[in-house]
Amino acid sequence: MDLIQKNDYLWEIPKTGHMNVPGRIYSSSSMIDSVSKEEACKQVANVAELPGIVSASLAMPDIHWGYGFPIGGVAAFDWKEGVISPGGVGYDINCGVRLATSSLHVDDVQSRLEDLADDLYHGTPSGVGSTGSIKLSKKEVKKVLEQGSQWAASNGFGEELDIRRTEDHGCMDSADPEAVSERALERGTQQLGTLGSGNHFLELGMVEEIFDPDTAAKFGLFPGQITMMIHSGSRGLGYQICDDFLADLTRHARKSAYYLPDRQLAYAMIQSVQGRRYLSAMACAANYAWANRQIMMHRAEAVIMRTLGISPNTLSMQLLYDVCHNIAKKEEHMVENRKTWLCVHRKGATRSFPPGHPSLPEEYRTTGQPILIPGDMGTASYILAGTEKAMAETFGSTCHGAGRVLSRNAAKKASRGRAIQNELAEKGIIVRWTGRSTLAEEMPEAYKDITDVVDVVHGAGISRKVAKLRPLVVIKG
Amino acid sequence: MVNALKYRLTDHTADFGIQAFGKTMEQVFENAAFAISDLITDIHILQGVHSQPIFVTGDDRDDLMMNWLREILYLWNGMGLLVKQTSVKEVTESHLKADITYDFYDTDRHEIKNEIKAITYHQLEVNRNQDGWFANFILDV
Repeated sequence: MDLIQKNDYLWEIPKTGHMNVPGRIYSSSSMIDSVSKEEACKQVANVAELPGIVSASLAMPDIHWGYGFPIGGVAAFDWKEGVISPGGVGYDINCGVRLATSSLHVDDVQSRLEDLADDLYHGTPSGVGSTGSIKLSKKEVKKVLEQGSQWAASNGFGEELDIRRTEDHGCMDSADPEAVSERALERGTQQLGTLGSGNHFLELGMVEEIFDPDTAAKFGLFPGQITMMIHSGSRGLGYQICDDFLADLTRHARKSAYYLPDRQLAYAMIQSVQGRRYLSAMACAANYAWANRQIMMHRAEAVIMRTLGISPNTLSMQLLYDVCHNIAKKEEHMVENRKTWLCVHRKGATRSFPPGHPSLPEEYRTTGQPILIPGDMGTASYILAGTEKAMAETFGSTCHGAGRVLSRNAAKKASRGRAIQNELAEKGIIVRWTGRSTLAEEMPEAYKDITDVVDVVHGAGISRKVAKLRPLVVIKG
Repeated sequence: MVNALKYRLTDHTADFGIQAFGKTMEQVFENAAFAISDLITDIHILQGVHSQPIFVTGDDRDDLMMNWLREILYLWNGMGLLVKQTSVKEVTESHLKADITYDFYDTDRHEIKNEIKAITYHQLEVNRNQDGWFANFILDV
């Protein structure tokens, strides 16, 4: 596919054929070659064919081949005349990341990391189909779907500060449990407060490097500080909702005989009954995911206090922020110099709102939104801040992680005969995991270098570097 | 490698690509279901003590495969059943009748190898080739 370089960090796929807008990929001269060979570029172009798309079909530097939309894709559709696509959100609706800070220094806990790893592993239900100790009736699941993080806080799993520092205050108000199938509800009864498997994790890390001392101070960060990061989503409930609506919308696509470059891109007009219904169900899954991460954080905090024998005041764990990276949202952006309501799909991309944006909590009004970018388990994670340039160029969006370069099969082959956990231990990273193949599939070489990805979004100005974290203890499903 | 004849993993960066084979249309549906079960657990230790019939419809052959695999996956994800074997009794372009055998999941006996979130429509294809039939599909894991 022809890619035209526009500047150091941006490549364009010209508008051809059925495309309504061009494609734009943020990358670097060292990464773009492998991107251009992948199916992912074709996927960027396919998304550009959907009705009502505005400006461009975008991809962040962690772009890789997905199904339907590329992973790392951002696409915005006119709220009145555009579409919403479940495949543009993904199966794991509101898969996302949260980061909590503490007042502990790495020197305070270095000798206790093995104990912390054991206790956090036992205290965090993880692995395939993991179920938690919270069993809910379907009636109670519906309350979680309506209230999100607030449900968790009301049931003793958090406080007001946590809610204020969660994207959308941990609740999308368009949620309507009546739009959710019995199958999805059933799957929601068993899995609240569970991590899941694959690339999901709970991680203790430390602040290794600070790039912007002023912003870092406002985020409450200091060198050597112990942090906790959680990456998880809406579990089986979210997968089921996506699958239910894809089944329905592909049937609809066939009946109405509209052109689709890929069945996985089946869509509904946002203003149609089906579109509204999907938005209501998607919001339910988003709320479930926020409650899920909130509960896991609260429980892990209790585990840390118990293991170290310290009080809440000594630990002082506070949520820095919680972001979603698989979502579609109603947002107002400037399109051709006019304020326009859009439906912004972020499929493996994170919101990057600038200083002064009204949806940010007071304490982040001068810094811009905190953005959390997890790397692979052997390297680093980054804390970034949102920018005006992101609003101007990417509908307030940036990357979400490292992005895979090796298939799971290739990673397993590459890890044969190696003990990944020992290699990580030599780097001072303690790992606990459940699944037999998880560690091999998630090995560091399976991912792009997170630093390369973050350097692109920083260089392009769609977010800016604040601090870098180094993993110490990683709990994997 | 008996499994090699039934299906193979194809390369996909983020997820599992599957190509299932069969001499007949019935067989390619059975082997596609086998691939799902084989990725979820060790089929050889399953006893298949329980059985039930399944009936699935679809708008076309691809859609039928999608709905069939959806049901197989839901038996595990939604109901906690591990499928040992499927036997397709009747299949057309738009409907399928099969019998399946399964075990109830037991944490002490069964190891779960992979979490499969869903079957995707991306590059889904069920077709004939010179050896019979093949089915391509991608699993979100």
